[in-house]
Amino acid sequence: MILRDLGAPEAHIGGAPRRHRCRPTRLLMILLAAGCAGGSLLYTALTGFVEPHAALAFGVLVAVGELARITLPGQRQVAPIASAGAIGYTFLLDIGGDAAHHSAWQVMAVVALGFAVGELPHIAVGRPPQWGGLARRMLIIVVLSLVFRYAVQALPAPPPPEGGWWPVLVVMIVLVFGGWLTDAVIAAAIRAERIRTRLAVALHDELRAQFGLGMAIGSSGILISLASTVTGLAGLLVFTAPLLVTQVAFRRFAEIRLTYLQTVRALSRVTEVGGYVETGHSRRVTRLATAIGSELSMRESELLELEYAALMHDIGQLSLRDPIASGATVLASPREQRRIAELGSAVIRETGALDGVAELVRRQCEPCAGDGDAGPPPLGSRIIRVANAFDDLVGESTDTDRTNAVLERLRMDSGVEYDPEVVEAAVRVLGRPADARG
Amino acid sequence: MRALPGAARLFVGIVVLCAVGVVAAGPYDGIDPATLVLLAVLFVVAESMGTVMGKTGISPSSSASLAAVVLVGPVGAALVDLVSWLLVFRRQSLVKRAFNGAQFAIAAYAAGHTFVALGGDIGVPGRADFPLVVAPFVAALLVHTLVNTLLMGGLMWCLGVIRLQPRRFRWRPLVTLELSSIGYGVLGLLIAAIWGVVGAFAIVLVLLPMFTARWAFDQYIAEQRAHDATLATLCQAVETKDYYTRGHCMRVSKGSGMIARELGMNAERVQTIRYAGMLHDVGKLGVPTKVLQKSGKLTEEEYAAIQLHPMRGYEIVREIGFLDEALAGIMHHHERMDGRGYPMGLAGTDIPEFARIISVADAFDCMTSTRSYRRARSTEEAIAELRRCAGPQFDPKMVDALIAAVDRDGWEAHEAVDPPEDDTAEVAQQDHDDPSVPLRVAGEAER
Repeated sequence: MILRDLGAPEAHIGGAPRRHRCRPTRLLMILLAAGCAGGSLLYTALTGFVEPHAALAFGVLVAVGELARITLPGQRQVAPIASAGAIGYTFLLDIGGDAAHHSAWQVMAVVALGFAVGELPHIAVGRPPQWGGLARRMLIIVVLSLVFRYAVQALPAPPPPEGGWWPVLVVMIVLVFGGWLTDAVIAAAIRAERIRTRLAVALHDELRAQFGLGMAIGSSGILISLASTVTGLAGLLVFTAPLLVTQVAFRRFAEIRLTYLQTVRALSRVTEVGGYVETGHSRRVTRLATAIGSELSMRESELLELEYAALMHDIGQLSLRDPIASGATVLASPREQRRIAELGSAVIRETGALDGVAELVRRQCEPCAGDGDAGPPPLGSRIIRVANAFDDLVGESTDTDRTNAVLERLRMDSGVEYDPEVVEAAVRVLGRPADARG
Repeated sequence: MRALPGAARLFVGIVVLCAVGVVAAGPYDGIDPATLVLLAVLFVVAESMGTVMGKTGISPSSSASLAAVVLVGPVGAALVDLVSWLLVFRRQSLVKRAFNGAQFAIAAYAAGHTFVALGGDIGVPGRADFPLVVAPFVAALLVHTLVNTLLMGGLMWCLGVIRLQPRRFRWRPLVTLELSSIGYGVLGLLIAAIWGVVGAFAIVLVLLPMFTARWAFDQYIAEQRAHDATLATLCQAVETKDYYTRGHCMRVSKGSGMIARELGMNAERVQTIRYAGMLHDVGKLGVPTKVLQKSGKLTEEEYAAIQLHPMRGYEIVREIGFLDEALAGIMHHHERMDGRGYPMGLAGTDIPEFARIISVADAFDCMTSTRSYRRARSTEEAIAELRRCAGPQFDPKMVDALIAAVDRDGWEAHEAVDPPEDDTAEVAQQDHDDPSVPLRVAGEAER
């Protein structure tokens, strides 16, 4: 069960995959990782592997872990067991009483081989890895192994077991924290580039998303290396068990998150099937709204709420006796629009789990200064308003003239009806070539 | 806990006395007091943290308890367990604490003696002990779990929560609980193994991934609940178009689940069919309201529009990945065993199993609910009607399963609604789900 990858690709925050866009940071990371892997393999092949049994055991662990990689929400591919195994091999100083002498280069070589072997079956069945993620997993080991293998020799006390474990343990813990931070920065750089958001926002998202699993991986890595001193290599299997449970838990969470999104997406289409709105309307609005959201540096959690709200923004129409002509709410009277928003919001609120989403839907048709005493509507509502108006007026058309004409009309109304900042973000998003657009 | 029955009071009293006796009797030679204190502190922290973070009912205490068995032996472990439970930060009555502590203490005591009897050495295991120490440890683990379960079961029995009826007893939750408890127990050996290297820090290293896992499981459960609530709400929103069919999807979901469980399907499939039952009529939204609410005979076109709704439903939900098998159930829920159903006219076992289940639950709920053109039937009448239609329309196996399940668990029919006062509410004049009053189509005999 653990070896099965998530079938469908995760929801793209920010739209269709963009294969052709050059993403220099990601490319740089991949080249760097590949260089380290290749170089270390060559060096180790020339100088020979020391303690081949340990190398083999950890290599297998890394390979199996990589084979069992999972995809967390937000398209984050992780391989907790592979990473923990790699960290364990990095920190390995003693195997069942015999000191381990492998160099940092051998660590990199073994880990790189393990990754490669673990990825082969995935590639064979047409599921190539996220190369950026794989590069990150490799680079973190490069950093950790280079620092650790030299730091241990530099420690004032002799290496364990004679010198005692505490100084080494402190070094390990510091390194794990440092490694986790470095990893988050690299991941944030790649992610900011992908969904076009600010680096600080992406870093915040990464730190949040990776904290729990990062700690679990780090502590398991330390555990594996320490346990090997007592139990030898046989303990390797047993000591990955806690992490295995962790991985299963995260996997199930990722699955249900994906299912949730699929359910909301599918049910957002009932309005289309019922003839209330044009086919594909909800999805196009959602795609544009999330792209604008990224452009305006919304956080991941806010983007998810925005995505749900945009998908369900027309759900209130279900309560209407007869569909509005071609479903274009932008053409309906403001009172009618307000009523649809209220009805939809009431439906969503009833789930008891999506209050934030309900609020976005409720205020989606207020003018950008807001009405009444409640102040301006939340950013998400203002974005949905612009995206919805744009799609109602343009529809499926990809004609540039029409797009520009509609954007011009939205601009004229901005400041009163539409938030100028959101309209400008929409102009930027829609101005990109189609394959780079959110 | 206030009104504890006499039997339970006696039981708790005996267990606590035994535990105190064991702890008081000693002997305490050769037990390192520092290790004892550390273990107790860490036990308390682990158990308290576990309670703060998790709601799933699995507690990490058995790992600390078993680590204590290896490190400080039977008496030491019993003492650690008994004292720790009294200190755990948790809102719990003194009686519960005392019983839990005593229960764990006795289990640890028994496990400790098993460990020693099979040749395990008390104290931090060294390199030479592996892998031989594993056998006595596993035996100790099993004894620990067994004693724990027996004591808990005894209390439950005294409280009258469970009766000795093996057939009706639901084993699955118990087995899951025991397995996870054994899993935590295995961690006890891991903690003991690296205790010699890093001391008490071992517990942090071992339990950190477990806490993370628990946190993720809690997230998963919360998300699952949110998903189910959202699904139900959206399905009901689709139904608001017709006053009388409110709650229909929920009840079909429930009925389908009852049939599936009666047929002995596993939990995952039961869950899937519940989703399918929930979603089975989503496609009705594609049928114009005036057709659904028409009072007279339907024209051929209108009947065709109604026949389309399973396909429409399928189109809407086919992208929901987890539904798999349920998709076929939604698409074919109006097929008939004799092949005269729609949309494909499948017959017999060509009709997917899920579809045969949903179609029975669907018809049953329709008949036991009030419609504008007739009152709700009683459960007995509906069952008689189902029996009458079993064979040509419904799969008799599914009908029998539903009847058996309803006989046992009862059926909460839609409460009888009076026709709405105001004439604004929309009311259908016939129902495509109703087997007893088939749709009337112009120019044809009734179907």
